[in-house]
Amino acid sequence: MHLVTYIGLVHRAEQTLADSFRVVGQGHAKEPDVLFTCQALAQMSDEHVRRLIPIIDRYGEQGHGDDVEEPERLHASGLAEVRSGPVGLLRDLQDLHVLGTLVQTTWTVIIQAAQGLRDHDLLKVARDAGGETARQLSWLNTRMKAAAPQALIVAR
Amino acid sequence: MSDRIADIWGARTPHGRGTVWPARVDLHLADGLGEWEVDRWVQSACLLCSNGCGCDIAVKDGRMVGVRGRATDVVNHGRMGPKGLYGSTPWARSADRLTRPLVRDNGRLVETDWDTAMGRVVEVSRRLLAEKGPLSHGFYTSGQLFLEEYYALAMIGKAGVGTPHMDGNTRLCTATAAAAFKESFGADGQPGSYTDIEYCDAIFLYGHNMAETQTVLWMRILDRTRSADPPVIVCVDPRRTPVAQEAERTGGVHLAPRVGTNLALMNGLTRELFVNGWIDEAWVQAHTLGVDDLRTSVERYHPDEVGRICGIDPDDLRRAARIFGESERVLSTVLQGFYQSHQATAAAVAVHNLHLLRGLIGQVGSGILQMNGQPTAQNNRECGADGDLTGFRNWDNEQHVRELADLWNVDPLTIPHWAPPTNAMQIFGYAEEGSIGLLWISATNPAVSMPESARIRRILGGDQCFVVVQDLFLTETAQLADVVLPAAGWGEKSGTFTNVNRTVHLSEKAVDPPGEAKSDLDILLLYAAAMDFRDLDGAPLIGWSTPEEAFDAWRETTRGRPVDYTGLSYAKLRGPTGIPWPVNDGAPEGTDRLYADAVFPTATDYCETYGHDLLTGAAVTEQEHRAMRPDGRAFLKAAAYTPAHEEPGDDYPLLYTTGRTVYQFHTRTKTGRSRSLNRAAPDAWVELSVPDAERLGITEGDVVRVESPRGAIEVRARVGHVMAGAVFAPFHYGSWDPTGANCDGRQANELTMTVWDPVSKQPYFKTAACRVVKVRDGDGPAPAPTTAASASASPGVPATGGGAATVSRVVDTPVYPNDPAQTVPAGGA
Ligand code: SF4
Repeated sequence: MHLVTYIGLVHRAEQTLADSFRVVGQGHAKEPDVLFTCQALAQMSDEHVRRLIPIIDRYGEQGHGDDVEEPERLHASGLAEVRSGPVGLLRDLQDLHVLGTLVQTTWTVIIQAAQGLRDHDLLKVARDAGGETARQLSWLNTRMKAAAPQALIVAR
Repeated sequence: MSDRIADIWGARTPHGRGTVWPARVDLHLADGLGEWEVDRWVQSACLLCSNGCGCDIAVKDGRMVGVRGRATDVVNHGRMGPKGLYGSTPWARSADRLTRPLVRDNGRLVETDWDTAMGRVVEVSRRLLAEKGPLSHGFYTSGQLFLEEYYALAMIGKAGVGTPHMDGNTRLCTATAAAAFKESFGADGQPGSYTDIEYCDAIFLYGHNMAETQTVLWMRILDRTRSADPPVIVCVDPRRTPVAQEAERTGGVHLAPRVGTNLALMNGLTRELFVNGWIDEAWVQAHTLGVDDLRTSVERYHPDEVGRICGIDPDDLRRAARIFGESERVLSTVLQGFYQSHQATAAAVAVHNLHLLRGLIGQVGSGILQMNGQPTAQNNRECGADGDLTGFRNWDNEQHVRELADLWNVDPLTIPHWAPPTNAMQIFGYAEEGSIGLLWISATNPAVSMPESARIRRILGGDQCFVVVQDLFLTETAQLADVVLPAAGWGEKSGTFTNVNRTVHLSEKAVDPPGEAKSDLDILLLYAAAMDFRDLDGAPLIGWSTPEEAFDAWRETTRGRPVDYTGLSYAKLRGPTGIPWPVNDGAPEGTDRLYADAVFPTATDYCETYGHDLLTGAAVTEQEHRAMRPDGRAFLKAAAYTPAHEEPGDDYPLLYTTGRTVYQFHTRTKTGRSRSLNRAAPDAWVELSVPDAERLGITEGDVVRVESPRGAIEVRARVGHVMAGAVFAPFHYGSWDPTGANCDGRQANELTMTVWDPVSKQPYFKTAACRVVKVRDGDGPAPAPTTAASASASPGVPATGGGAATVSRVVDTPVYPNDPAQTVPAGGA
């Protein structure tokens, strides 16, 4: 069942997203709203990972390097370090957005499958988490819009 | 003759529920003058807090010599408090007023003429616009200018320069009130009225030490609580304030949550309403959105859990909730204890939720008063000299931007709606990195009032940004400027302003400003003319020049908006009382309370914002908003409690919180120059609880060092009534002192941190961690007043007093427009 692959995918992607939020937050700590919001959003992803554990116990998890090729290519690596300056912040937020989009679409397909399987527990986790991923993405959008003009036009 | 330093609220005039608040005229004249010796009385309103008490300025020999409350004014019914009485006029005659412009030459500020000073500003401004464009300019204004001045500034910034970098110190005091209104009701606008005090069964004061911040409003409440049929008071405050004592006296509750946990408390109260069925289901169905999400969000805030988080007795929470749930009419007021604390907007919105769940809004006696700190903060929000768009318009609504562009006859793209408005903290961030190269500061003193003072001084004093300051005095901020422009103050210029209760007053010019000082309006218009800002037809962008013309132009921008001034004019405002907006053909005498029809300004095409995620501040999009079909229904919004950003630990074991005292206003620019006020609270102090002081070996008056990761102060300790584990410091005291001494090392904001609310962007002044150590023995009690929340716990501290003589006389109570006690038949309402 390929669902297992996707559960593995979302598990890793959420973990990567959480770690990357923390890296970006710490790296741009001079912008206090970025620091504190990234911390809060990282915790959201931590919580999704935590809630996935009983699901993984039931379904098992298709790990890295297994034989299902296609989704494996989707695994994105996170941000290990940040760029500097206003444009750097903008680029880092953009990278987070890419990671978040991967998480979101993965939840979307899991929601479809969970309905097909009438797995109410999985459906609840996926819907809650997918909803929160949308909040993470909205914040990234809002913050990028705020940062863009100054960074692109006048920043040194 | 009464000493209103010792007797802050004056004598009581108790009266029964549903009857009009009796009139009493308070007055003070300098130098022992009698009323008969005054040459002229000039109509105005007090500018020393957001209450906006109607008053007349006394003029003698061309000088302002005192004030007298206006008995006919709906706001104060003639009363005034100590700040208004003693602080309104002495500053104007102060020898250290700025009378000529200053420019920085070879590192020193030297006197010059207006042409030279403005010439320098214009030169830098033009160069930056040519090189970098409008994003190189930032404007940081006040909560103490007049409406006309904000409107001129808004036009200059938004349609002349075209920068999104405009904000005011209103960000520090009132941004959360505005943000909370917008999130719940779709637009700014105070729902309640002061007349609710006369009708309610219970009053909840959230983080609002009204007894000290708005003394005349507190008199109005005392005149009910000291009557035969008093309302019950519930107080949420970590200090044992006079409000807390009144809560105990009236059989209410004093909840003292640990600093930074307000939202957990509010979620607990909300849960109690659900659990006990104190919900008006039909009303909620018809007039709100989001009740199911709200119910789920507060589920886990059982009283025991809230008790654990907040450090309160769960039964106190239950009792407070019962008072809210079972009272027929409830009035709620909110101020800095919520606005400047962790999760500010979510906590303020939660107050709305409680009222909405019971349908307690828009009716006499059931109101909400989200307060402002400053007297004209409301006008800054209305005119959009801050991050708002003029006339409560929506930045994200193309049609609204076009409307404004048409009114101003400019290209809509000039109005910077392509970027979200930049909040004050971010503006200083851009000035720090130098991408804002010109920062224009009017009528405010960020070097003292902003968090993390050392950083602010560095930004203002550095070479990376050219700083222009216009003010009455050479403040701590002005000393760091490149150009200083001398401004006229209250009574030296004409204009209007609107109090926290939507009541608009006209304040007329009483005397000439000193030397070459100019009104803020004239200064701004001088800049606009020198910059030669033009509209689409090549005409000057700003075609008017007097305050009255500015007011009339502003009025046109309010047509069809919630903040409707179309029925107001200077002529109309010269009447007996201030008038609350909306004022229009349908309500020619103004409107006492909003939302009487339970229709809220949430329709997608009408609202001022599409809203935000309360936890992150992420913006809701137009499509998302439209899909919810709010159509006049209010939003019930919730957020989970999260711990504060800086919690006490081993190194910094105590919570640090800042606040106000009754005798001083802001950075003391005016109140510090009044002998009566300054003697009552002459110097900084910190308050410690008895158990903390004992543990640290500190007694009353000892000199202590208070330290956070960002800075330290050395001041004297008042062992008083703050809750255990917390330290309170008044934020009024910078290095300036009326004695002429240079008083470094006492400024409360040295310790606060740069962090702000995700939605309102208001900085959190009330959540930092600190440690306290004794430096040396004191030589007497701390310089803290004994008359209110700062009272000493130890006996023998002499009582604060010694104010100059004032007069209070009870007069016949006039008829007030819109007062339900006078317009609704007895027993009605
Ligand atoms: S309550 Fe406020 S407005 Fe009224 S007199 Fe006192 S300071 Fe002035």
